[in-house]
Amino acid sequence: MPPIIATRGLSMRFPRVTALDDLTLAAPPGVVGLVGANGAGKSTLIKILLGLLPPSAGGAEVLGLDIARQGDQIRRLVGFMPEYECLPPDVSATEFVVHMARMCGLPPSAARERAADTLRHVGLYEERYRPIGGYSTGMRQRVKLAQALVHDPRLVFLDEPTNGLDPAGRDEMLGLIRRIGTEFGISVLVTSHLLGELERICDHVIVIDGGKLLRSQAVEAYTEASGVLVVEVDEGRDDLGRWLHERGVAVRPEGRLLVIDIGDETVYDLVRDGAAELELRLVRMEQRRHHIEEIFSVAPQNVPGPPGAPGTPGAQSRLETSAEELRGGAR
Amino acid sequence: MNVSTIHDIGYRHYEGKRLGRAYVTRSMFVHNLRAAYGLGRPARAKVMPFILAGIMLLPAVGDIAVVAIAKRPEALFPYTRYQFMLQLIISIFVATQAPVLASREIRFHSVPLYFSRPVVHLDLVLAKLAAFTTALFALTAIPITVLYVGGLVTQVPDSGEQLLHYLGGLAACLLLSLVLGAIGLVVAAFTPRRGFGVAAVIAVLLVSGVLVSIVQGITQNTGHWTLSGWLGLFTPYSLVDAVAYRLLGGKLSAVAAPPGVGGGVAALAVCAAIVLGAVTVLYARFRKAGLS
Repeated sequence: MPPIIATRGLSMRFPRVTALDDLTLAAPPGVVGLVGANGAGKSTLIKILLGLLPPSAGGAEVLGLDIARQGDQIRRLVGFMPEYECLPPDVSATEFVVHMARMCGLPPSAARERAADTLRHVGLYEERYRPIGGYSTGMRQRVKLAQALVHDPRLVFLDEPTNGLDPAGRDEMLGLIRRIGTEFGISVLVTSHLLGELERICDHVIVIDGGKLLRSQAVEAYTEASGVLVVEVDEGRDDLGRWLHERGVAVRPEGRLLVIDIGDETVYDLVRDGAAELELRLVRMEQRRHHIEEIFSVAPQNVPGPPGAPGTPGAQSRLETSAEELRGGAR
Repeated sequence: MNVSTIHDIGYRHYEGKRLGRAYVTRSMFVHNLRAAYGLGRPARAKVMPFILAGIMLLPAVGDIAVVAIAKRPEALFPYTRYQFMLQLIISIFVATQAPVLASREIRFHSVPLYFSRPVVHLDLVLAKLAAFTTALFALTAIPITVLYVGGLVTQVPDSGEQLLHYLGGLAACLLLSLVLGAIGLVVAAFTPRRGFGVAAVIAVLLVSGVLVSIVQGITQNTGHWTLSGWLGLFTPYSLVDAVAYRLLGGKLSAVAAPPGVGGGVAALAVCAAIVLGAVTVLYARFRKAGLS
């Protein structure tokens, strides 16, 4: 499938900061996460992709359209939900979303119909006739999402959609974004500085830091098994640890758990035998999976990279952004 | 049996028409025109514009009553003088409503939502200026239309001449609306806080008017009549009055007007410069706001 977004050597330099630095990436259709710390260049990238801000160098294509020459066509096909508050408080959600639909060229009756449909899909019902000023943060985020979807775009840019939401609201918003990507069939580029969130809803995650690309790969590649076994026993953690160590297993305690490197298959049997011999109650034994967060943290242990993903971490390669790594990581 | 149920038919794609630039611009015009009178917003947003529009009508209605009851057709206000007499009310309207059109969307960061859509920057600015001009034209032209119709009903003599003066009055209303709309939107667009915006527009319109008429009075007392006329170009009401007096056959309402037809043309040129300048400045302002 052709990428929905492709950039080539994209750079954006402001007088005092470099927001994007030679960024080359490609994002497949589906729900794509864009992750980076605050100030990593996420919002700048979206503005450039919308054709609002000309880049200092490089180029990009959105849905196969060039941002420099076909910005107008791009803006017909995409929706944009900004990170900041962008709603006038003195109009109702219906009034506002209808207006925004008309700004996309939808005729009056279609604009009203689409606005009602979209507001229902994002979960706003009777309250949509009240002025936005009285809405909770969660409701405002829904209105912002609705105005981005009202013209049935092929791609939506969602900039920090879970900002300021409580845990329940966050879950609902994430569920909604997942539905947009799957049920609605609209590709999504969603930014966040919280990796755990994106791990749940994205098909593909792009990590940028300081305007540079750290990694771009399918979400499964981030969460592959780490070659480490986690064992929890009711009590007697240290006894089991000592027992295993005597038999030549690389083992160390971590909180209430034992962390064991999986050398070969016999480790499982050893843990079982040890627990049986010491008469311990075995609560849990599982292979630990990587989390996307690990890209940013300095490795507490030397985790061997899973096979087939040469882009996965070794502590030193963490900040490298070689083209080789990109090719290896992006499937 | 008739059982109605609500089916969740899931997400439907939009397959219908998507209209072009002209429709989008027209929609922006209508939206902003409605906003200027508080339509589509809560009731309290409608209070001010409609009270002011009501006040604008009172003198016209009263005047017609005087003409009808006292049978004194010469008491009918000159059409081009009406807006000069009521400049305080018009200024208050400009001051309270210009921020609604110019700075509301900047203040609430809604502008990027336009430019992330197929909206052309210049179209947004022109739609706002046209909408505010139309709103002001409605405010000023309706009372003189009442005067004209009232004059017809009370059978004021010389109906042909009355019609000509009425049309001249309408032209003056349109010109004043354009000039005030341009000035009001620019001032409001650079004062993002609503209160400041109101104060700033009032200051520009009223203070300039008062200052100019004081200086005009002084120069006339010292015998500099021509200079006094040219000074009138520095405040919007006497600027438009100069055009109305010299080119549209109206009566002089301001302290003085620049001499001859040339003076009227010069005043018209100043009006055009104000409008063009305002479009340029607003274009830059909204372009910047679109990136915030």
